[in-house]
Amino acid sequence: MKALEVSDVSISYNGNLAIDKVNFDVNEGDLLGIVGPNGAGKTTLFRAILGMQNYTGTIRMFGLEGKKYHALLPLIGYVSQKVNFEQNFPATVSEVVAMGLLPEKILEKSQTILQKSGFNWNRVYKKINKNSDKILEALKAVNLESLKDARIGQLSGGQLQRVFIAKALVKDPILLILDEPVTGVDVETQTKFYNIIKKINDENKITMVWSSHDLEAIAKLANRVACMNRKMFFHGQKEEFFSNEDLLKTYTESAMQMHMHHH
Amino acid sequence: MIPEFLDYAFMQRGLIAGAAIAIICSLMGTFLVLRRQSLFGDALSHMAFGGISVGLFTGIYPLWTAYAVSILGALGMTKLRKSTKISGDAAIAVLLVSGFGMGVLLISATGGFSIDLFSFLFGSILLISNTDTILVLIISAGLTISLVMLRKQLLHFTFDEEQARVSGLNVDRLNYVFVAIAGITVITSMRLVGILLISALIVLPNITSMLFGKGFKQTVTASISISVFSVIFGIILSYYFDLAPSGIIVMISVAILVGALAAKYFGIIGKSMPIQRAV
Repeated sequence: MKALEVSDVSISYNGNLAIDKVNFDVNEGDLLGIVGPNGAGKTTLFRAILGMQNYTGTIRMFGLEGKKYHALLPLIGYVSQKVNFEQNFPATVSEVVAMGLLPEKILEKSQTILQKSGFNWNRVYKKINKNSDKILEALKAVNLESLKDARIGQLSGGQLQRVFIAKALVKDPILLILDEPVTGVDVETQTKFYNIIKKINDENKITMVWSSHDLEAIAKLANRVACMNRKMFFHGQKEEFFSNEDLLKTYTESAMQMHMHHH
Repeated sequence: MIPEFLDYAFMQRGLIAGAAIAIICSLMGTFLVLRRQSLFGDALSHMAFGGISVGLFTGIYPLWTAYAVSILGALGMTKLRKSTKISGDAAIAVLLVSGFGMGVLLISATGGFSIDLFSFLFGSILLISNTDTILVLIISAGLTISLVMLRKQLLHFTFDEEQARVSGLNVDRLNYVFVAIAGITVITSMRLVGILLISALIVLPNITSMLFGKGFKQTVTASISISVFSVIFGIILSYYFDLAPSGIIVMISVAILVGALAAKYFGIIGKSMPIQRAV
C-alpha cells in the first residue's frame, strides 16, 4: 500500500518555480531519505504535503485525496528543521509532548476512514489508557524518560529534537516527516539520534520521510532514496542510488555548488 | 476573630471582586506574556477609554460601549495585522493611541473630565456596587471556564503556532476567540487598577512565576497565587493606610517580582535556570 503518492507537484513563488513537476511515492513502512542541497525545495515540498502550501498536481495519502486526505493531515507527525519557541517557555518536557496528543474521537474517525481504504493503522499507543503513560512511552522511544519533568528551556539542541519527535510520536502518526532534524549537533548526538530513528521505523513500524544532507546516514538507515533539487533526479531503492556513480557525482557537485553559492 | 475591615460591605465586595479579577488577569496574562503581547492589555484598556467616552457622549451605559469598542477594535486590529503584516508592537501602538485619542476628543466634546472617568482611569474597586460585584463574578467564572476548556489548544498555539496548525487546530479562529476573551478580561478588570495600570496585573505575577515555575501548570498556579495575594493584601493595606488600592496592588506585585529576582540572583530559588534566560 502506498502511504504517500506525490504526482506532478509544482510550486511557484512569485513566478519562480520552487518545485518543478515532482513525482515520488512512499510505501507503507518505508524510511525514505530525501537528499538535496540547501534551497532544493525539500521544506516547501513538506509544507505542501502538510496542507500549508498551495501547489498544482496531486498528493494522495493511502489512496485518498481531496477532503479525505485533508482529514488525515493531523495524523502526520512533523518535526520541522527549526522550532522557534520562546526559550523561557514555562513547560516541562512531558507538557510539550502532551501537546501532540489528539482527541480520541478524531483518531477513531480517521481510523475508520483508513480501514475503509484498506490500510491497517498500527496504533502503538492506542492500548495505553492514561495520557501520562502514553507520554512516558513516547519519551522512552527517544530515550528521554529521565528528563520528563525538566523545563524545556534547559535542554540541549539534540535533546530538544528528540522531545519534538516524541511529541510527533505520541499521536500514533500514520506518517512521520523529519525535516533535517540533526543540523547543528555533534557527531555522537547524531549517531544516537539515527539509532532512535531506525528503532522507531523498525519497531513502531512508522512510515518515515526524512530529509538530510548526510548521505552516509541515509545509506545506513533508509531503504529508499529520493534525490531532488527543484526537480526530482532520482527516486528508488537505496542500493540503486548508491551504486550509481553519475548520480552521486551530480548530487555532490550540486550540493557543493549550492554550498559555494551560500558563502 | 474577624478583622475589623471585613465589617464593611464595601471591603467585602472589593475583596471578592478583586480576587476574581486577579485570577482572570493572571490566567489571560500567561498567554499574553508568552506570546510577547504583554502590552496588548494596555492597548485594549486604552481602547476601552475610547469606549467609555462614547458611552458618556451618547448616554449609553459606559461599560457596554467600552466592551463593544475594545473587542471590535482588537478583532479589527487582528484582522488588519494579518492582512497588512503590521508588526505586533506597532499594532498595539495603533490600537492604544487611536482608542485614547478618540476618548480625549469625545470627552472634551462632552464637557471635560468627571469623577466617573477618574475612577475608570485609576481604578475604584472599593466603590463597586453589589450588582457589579455579581457581574464581575459571573464574567470571571465564564472566562475562567473558557480558558480552562481551551487550555490545551491555547498552550499548543502559544508554544508553536505552525505545529498547532499542522495538528488540525483552526489557529485563525482560536486567535479571534483569544482576542475577544482578552478584551472581556481587560474591561472587566478595569475596575480594580484602572485603565492605566491594567498591564501590571496581566504581566507582573506571570513574569515572577516564570522565574521559578518548572512547568506550565506550576507557573499558572504560582501566578494566580501571587496575583490574588497582591490584590487582597493591597486592598487591606489601602484600608489601613488610606491610600489608593490600585497603586498599592501594583507596587506589591513589583516588590514580589524584585524579591524573586533577588532570590534567584543569590541562588535561593530556581538554581537550575540561568537568570538571563528567565526573563
